[in-house]
Amino acid sequence: MTMQLLSKRLVPALISLIGVLIVSFVLTRALPGDPAAYLAGPAATADAVAEVRKSLGLDRNVFEQFVVYVKQITRGELGDSWATGQPVLSELVNRLPASIELTALGLILALIVALPLGIIAALRPNSPIDHTARVVSTLGVSLPTFFTGLLLVYIFYYQLDWLPAPMGRLAPFTDAPEKITGFYTVDSLLTGDFYLFLEALRFLILPAFTLGMFALAPIARMTRASMLGVLSSDYVRTARANRLPAWKVLIVYALRNALLPIVTMLGMVFSFLLGANVLVEKVFSWPGVGSFALEALMISDYAAVQGFVLSMGLIYVLLNLSIDIAYGYIDPRVQVES
Amino acid sequence: MDDPRRLTLWLCLLTAPALGCGKGSHTAYAADSKNPLKGTSTLLVAVEEGPNSLDIQGVGTNRPSYGASWNVYDRLITFGKKTRPDGQVMYDYEKPEPELAERWEIDPGKSITFFLRKDATFHDGTPVTAQDVKWSFDRAVTIGGFPTFQMKAGSLEKPAQFEVVDDHTFRVKLVRNDKFTLPDLGVPVPAIYNSKLAKSHATPTDPWAQTWLKNNAAASGGYKVDKFEPGVQLQLRRFENWKSGPVPQLERVILRVVPSAATRRAMLERGDVDVLFDLPPRDVSELAAKGTFKVQGVPVENFMWFIDMNVKKPPFDKLEVRQAIAAAIPYDQIYGSACYGRGVPLYGGPSKTATTAEWPQPYPYKTDLAKAKQLLAAAGLSKGFSTTLYYNLGLSTWSEPIALMLQQNLRKLNIDVTLEKIPAANWRGEMGKKSMPFLINDMGGWLNYPDYFFFWNYHSQNAVFNTMSYQNPDMDKAIDAARFAESPELYASAVKTFITKAFDDTPRIPLFQSNVDVAMKPNIHGYQYWFHRQVDFRQLYKTVSAP
Repeated sequence: MTMQLLSKRLVPALISLIGVLIVSFVLTRALPGDPAAYLAGPAATADAVAEVRKSLGLDRNVFEQFVVYVKQITRGELGDSWATGQPVLSELVNRLPASIELTALGLILALIVALPLGIIAALRPNSPIDHTARVVSTLGVSLPTFFTGLLLVYIFYYQLDWLPAPMGRLAPFTDAPEKITGFYTVDSLLTGDFYLFLEALRFLILPAFTLGMFALAPIARMTRASMLGVLSSDYVRTARANRLPAWKVLIVYALRNALLPIVTMLGMVFSFLLGANVLVEKVFSWPGVGSFALEALMISDYAAVQGFVLSMGLIYVLLNLSIDIAYGYIDPRVQVES
Repeated sequence: MDDPRRLTLWLCLLTAPALGCGKGSHTAYAADSKNPLKGTSTLLVAVEEGPNSLDIQGVGTNRPSYGASWNVYDRLITFGKKTRPDGQVMYDYEKPEPELAERWEIDPGKSITFFLRKDATFHDGTPVTAQDVKWSFDRAVTIGGFPTFQMKAGSLEKPAQFEVVDDHTFRVKLVRNDKFTLPDLGVPVPAIYNSKLAKSHATPTDPWAQTWLKNNAAASGGYKVDKFEPGVQLQLRRFENWKSGPVPQLERVILRVVPSAATRRAMLERGDVDVLFDLPPRDVSELAAKGTFKVQGVPVENFMWFIDMNVKKPPFDKLEVRQAIAAAIPYDQIYGSACYGRGVPLYGGPSKTATTAEWPQPYPYKTDLAKAKQLLAAAGLSKGFSTTLYYNLGLSTWSEPIALMLQQNLRKLNIDVTLEKIPAANWRGEMGKKSMPFLINDMGGWLNYPDYFFFWNYHSQNAVFNTMSYQNPDMDKAIDAARFAESPELYASAVKTFITKAFDDTPRIPLFQSNVDVAMKPNIHGYQYWFHRQVDFRQLYKTVSAP
C-alpha cells in the first residue's frame, strides 16, 4: 500500500521539481544587478567586466545559459558559486547537515515544550496555565530571533560563561569527526568520541534553543486548537463516560486523533526553519545553508541561488512524502482512503 | 475530575528538565586546561568574511583572499616600513625591499633584472626558479579580469615581456618608463606559483589550473595552508624553511568566520579570540575607550568618503547650488556619528587654494546654513527643491547615518531628499550609468598618488568613478602634467593646481578619510598597516599575557 502511495506521489513531486528548476532559473536572471561587474571589483574597467562576463558564460543569451544549466544538472553538477569559489554541490553537502542538525534539535526542543503546553492549555482553556502558554508562545514568535540569540549569548556565554563562544559548530582547535552523516553529534557517537559529542552538543544548545523559541508558538497553538476540537468530540465523551483511565483517554483517544494537523504543521515548520534561520546562523556563525543563500542573493550568485532553491524544493518534496506516509501510521483511515 | 489534574502535574514535571537542559551539560567537558590560545605560538582571528579562494589571480577572489595569498605566497619584492607621526607603523611605499628576489638591477626604460634567492623552496621542497616566476607572471597577464588589469597598471602587459635568463635570474622588459612598474610587483597579484605543481593539475580546458589553485596553494610563502573551509575557517601553519624573510614567530594562525559584529566583540572581550579586524567604527571607538585592548587604526591611504553631485543634472549644474550643499552639510555631526572620529576629517580646510601637494587633504568647506541660504537664493532656488540621494546598501554601516543626517539638515533649506538604497551587486552598474544626481560613496586607489586618484575621478576620460560627470579641460591639463612631471617641483605645482580646481568647482564634497582598525589583546605585537588592508601574520608575535 505504501508503495502504491509512493508511486502516486512521486510523479507530481517530479513535476514540481522541474517547475522549481525553471522558476529558480528565471527568477535569478530577473534579479537586478550585474554579477560580472560585482566580481570584477570596483576598480575594473569595462573591458575587465566584459572578460569576467565571458568567463562566467553570461555573455550568452538566457536560453543558451538554461541549456548549459540543464546539461550540468543531468551530469549531477550544480555549477560553481562565485561568492565562495566552490562547487555549489559540495557547499550544500557541507552546509545542509549543519542546518538540518540545528533545525532538528531546535524542533525537538520546541516539541518537548510545546506539546505538553498545548495539551494542558486545551485541558484547561482560559485557565492561568492557558494564559501562560499563550504568553510564552507569543513571546517566542514576537521576539526577533537575532534578539533572542544575542540575549542568550549575552547571558550564557558572556556573563555566565557556561556555554562556548558562538563561533560555529566546534571550537577552533577541535577537528571535526570523520564524515559519515555530516551531523557532528551523530558522527562523533558513531566513531565513539564521547567528548567530541559533548562539545558538538554544547555548541548546538544555544542556537537550537533560539530556533526552538521561534517554533514553539505554531506547534503549541496548533496542539491546543487540535486537542480542543478532539476533546469535545463524542468519542472522547464516550470514553470518559465509560470511566477509562484519564491518560488513556488523553493519549490514545484524543492525542492520536489530534496529531494529524500537528504533524503537517511540523513538516512545514521544519522546512521553513531550515532555509529561513539566517539570523540565527549569523549570530552563532553557524555554517548553514541559510546564510549561504542570503549572501548568494546579495551578489546575484546565480548558481548558488539556483542550487539552494532546488535543494530546498527537493527536501520539501521528500518531507511531504514522508509525512504522507506517516499519516498512514498515525491514522489508518488515511491509508484506506488513498 | 481528579485525574486530569494529576496529569497536568506530570506533564509539568516532564517539561521542566527540558527547559533546564542547557545548564547541566557544561561541566561535563572542560577543554580550557589545554587551550592553545594561552600560549604564544597560536593566534586566533575572528573575521566577518573569510577568504573564498587561495588564488589571488582567480575570478571573483574577494578581499580577505588578498590576505590569505599575502601570507601564503611570496612576491619578488615587498615594501619596507615607516613610523607615522602618531607612532604607528605602516608599510613604506617608497622602500621596495627583497622578498624572493635578493636584489635587482634597473636599466631605466629598458628592463629590470631580478636575482632570485638560490636557497628558496616551495612548500613541497621544490626550488623556486625563474621558470616559476615567468609562469606566474604569464598567468597574471593572460588570465583576464582583475589580475590582468592590475598588472597593466604597472605596464606589465604581455608574456613576451618576461624572460628567463637562467634558473635564478629573471628579466622584465619594459614597454615604457613607468614609475608604477616596480611597486606593482609588490602588490598581491604577481604572487609566485610552483609551476610544476600547478601544471600537474592543469587540464586542457583549464590550462592555468584555476580550479585546483582555488583550494590548494602552490606557494613558497611564510605560511602553509593546514585547512581551508571557505566561509568557515582558514588554518595556517608556519613554513619552517622560509627563506624570503625571518621565519614567522607564530606557529599556527586560525582565521574563523564570525559574521555577527556583536558576537566578535563579545569573543574579544571574553578573551576567546586574539585579533579582530574590520570592525564597525562604533565598536572600535568603544573598545579604544575601554583601554583594555590594543586598538590600532591608520587612515586608509588615498581614500575618502564623499558626496557627489552630478553636474549634468539640474539643479546641480549650477555652481551656487553645489556650493550651497557644501555649506549645508553637518560635517562634524557626520564625522562624529558615522565615523566615530576614527579617521581624518576632510573638511574645514584653512585656505581656498591648495597650499600643499599632500593627499588627501581637507577641502575648504564648512557648515554655514546662512551662507547656504544666500547661495540658494542666488541660484533662484530659495524655495528649495527635491532630489534623490543614492547610496550603496553594501556599505550601509557608513552611508546610512550619513544619508539620514544629510537629509535632516537639507530639510532646513527646504530641500526635500528621498533616499534610495542600491544593493551592492547593482551599485557599480548604477555608477556607470551616471544617472544618479546625488550620492554617497567611497573611493580609494591602491597606488598612492594624487594624480592616480584624480585620473580615475576628476578626469574627462569620465571613468566609472567620475559619478559627478565632471569634465573640464583645465583639470585634465593639470592631471596629465602631474602624471608626466619631470621634477618634484613641477609635480607638486601640478597637484596643487588640480586640487584647487576641485575646491573651486565643488562637484564632490569630501567628508572624511576613514581608518582601517584592528583590535587585539594587549599581548599581541608587530601589527602594521598594509595598502591591501589585511593582516600580515608573518610580522605578528605574542608575549605571555599577564595573569
